[in-house]
Amino acid sequence: MSVETLFALTACALVGIGLYGLIAQPHPLRKLIAFNVMGSGVFVLFGALAKRGAAAGLAADPVPQALLITAIVVAFAATAVTVALMLRLIESADSASLAEPPAKD
Amino acid sequence: MMVATDLWSPTDGGALLAAAVLLPFVGMLLGLLLGGRWLQRVTFVCMPLGLALVVAIAVAWLGAEGPLVYLLGGWSPPLGIALRADGLGVAMMLAVAGVVCGIGLFACADFGLKPGEPESRGAFAYWLLLLAVWGALNLVFVSGDLFTLYVALELLTFAGVPLVCLAGSGETLRAALRYMLFALCGSVLYLLGAVLLYGGYGTLDMPLLAEVVQPEPIAMAALALMTAGLLAKTALFPLHIWLPPAHGGAPAAASAVLSALVVKGSWFLVVRLWFDVMPGVVTLSAAQILGALGAAAIVVGSIVALRQERLKLLVAYSTMAQIGYLFLMFPLAFDSSGSGPTHGFALTGGLLQAMSHATAKAGMFMAAGLVYAALGHDRIADLAGAARAMPVTALAFALAGLALMGVVPSGAYLAKKLMLDAADGSGQWWWVVVLQGGAVFTASYVVLVLVSVLRRRAEPLPLTKPVSRLSEFAALTLSVCSLLLALAALGPVPGSFISNPLAPKELGTLLAVVLGGALLAFALSRRPLFATEWAGDGTLRRVVARVGGAFERSDGIIRRWQFASINLLVLVLLLGGALVAAGG
Repeated sequence: MSVETLFALTACALVGIGLYGLIAQPHPLRKLIAFNVMGSGVFVLFGALAKRGAAAGLAADPVPQALLITAIVVAFAATAVTVALMLRLIESADSASLAEPPAKD
Repeated sequence: MMVATDLWSPTDGGALLAAAVLLPFVGMLLGLLLGGRWLQRVTFVCMPLGLALVVAIAVAWLGAEGPLVYLLGGWSPPLGIALRADGLGVAMMLAVAGVVCGIGLFACADFGLKPGEPESRGAFAYWLLLLAVWGALNLVFVSGDLFTLYVALELLTFAGVPLVCLAGSGETLRAALRYMLFALCGSVLYLLGAVLLYGGYGTLDMPLLAEVVQPEPIAMAALALMTAGLLAKTALFPLHIWLPPAHGGAPAAASAVLSALVVKGSWFLVVRLWFDVMPGVVTLSAAQILGALGAAAIVVGSIVALRQERLKLLVAYSTMAQIGYLFLMFPLAFDSSGSGPTHGFALTGGLLQAMSHATAKAGMFMAAGLVYAALGHDRIADLAGAARAMPVTALAFALAGLALMGVVPSGAYLAKKLMLDAADGSGQWWWVVVLQGGAVFTASYVVLVLVSVLRRRAEPLPLTKPVSRLSEFAALTLSVCSLLLALAALGPVPGSFISNPLAPKELGTLLAVVLGGALLAFALSRRPLFATEWAGDGTLRRVVARVGGAFERSDGIIRRWQFASINLLVLVLLLGGALVAAGG
């Protein structure tokens, strides 16, 4: 198995685990971590593609690295915003549950 | 790889694009540095400047032959990043600039600081976020590559989410968190698709990709992932998990931004992908899926809107239904040969629909917010007498409603005409039914609200707070803009599409739509539309009420997290399947 295939399979596994967590874990903090795991999977895939040198037949393509760093910063910012929201929610509602309160009829 | 250099030779006026993107962000940073009181002044300097810039861009675009292009740092793609503005982008930028200015004027009453008043955190955050949304949207409309678009979309989400919870109550925070997490699911899927495209073709620049992309598995997988991710951010049925609580719970000035502008960003990106980047990959059957989801959104959104007790939630569900409208154009853009979507009347119609929804829905949310502010509640059942107490607000709501229904000469009317024409041309008669029926559904909740506010009341309605004239007229102006949009759009469209609004045929259609809407509202509303003696408790009414309740309950189930996220995956598979089946 070539290194790239190994990387690609790792990426698949990470995306799969993250996806499962996003769907099945009820607590928003776990969902957030799942999002980060899934994001890491995408980043690993991007890194592996760089090794393939997709752009112009180069030995290794430097562009994905530059994009990756931006994507990581964006994911970090998203995580920070979400954690801040979650802290405010726990402060004001004493629980971080995402479920809507039952409809008041 | 062949590089067609003319795609990226910088054009005159290209620098205007960079300026239009930078201006709101510079204003935001300046306001952040100068602090509190200055931020609002900076915003009010940015608004006319930004509007003037966009008008200048429009003039430059009319003068140029093709799209305006600006190369950041002078580097040309595939290594550099280009900003490009074509007709679609310019039109959306114009609409957004107009709506932002209207909302800014409206928000003076809620978030403006009067002399001597202490600064508040909510107001400070609001003006910052308004500028951020504007800058992010401008970036979405002019970005030339898929990765810049990813960053722009994330900026838009980060600016939109805090707008939901400006009030800071537990309920709004929960809505904001749901919005954020679901939007993050969508953005990972989008990024995954973009990465796959880069892996397959070695570029993310849109014109370059359009040249090299082939209907093969990697492009199909990427398109399915990106489209589904973007739909999650646009809140198309059945992925509207976050929309009603977020849009219904935010302060009115924020709801207007979210409903009128923020959802259009990701919608616009779907349009870009389908029409400009991968017209050779998309298939009619995949487009039919988008159209069918849109039709379902119209039906479910409108019926659930009728069942709402609160005006702002009703308007939020109406947004969900109107988002459905925006996706009807995808199947209609295929001509009868079915070879791929074309830049024809259907696309123009969809664009007009988006612009008229942006203006009308901003006006509608503002009117709902004014009602809430003046009465201290927005329970639809207790709105009797509101039209007499605040006539301008009621008029703004009514005009916005008429504009959404597609009465001549509103933008939605021309949009409907264009799409009907496309449906005729491509022989897809079933969309004619949806287009005509959709107007009836829209009419139903407009009629419901109007009947409630026009109802007589023995004693005059007590207002807890005087209504701001400026806000009222901002709402009215946006509604009137939406109602007159068809006239402004006559340039690029043959005039034959607009007919005499008083011709018997037009009046007949209007009458049929309003009567149909009234019937629907009468049958499905939670409370009897008219005085109680007639509504009675006939079997028919009970059966219909049960149907309405069933819709409401199923909406509740669809909006559960597990259900929505599994729907997202199913949608990826469905779209992928539809692409492979026809294209493979």
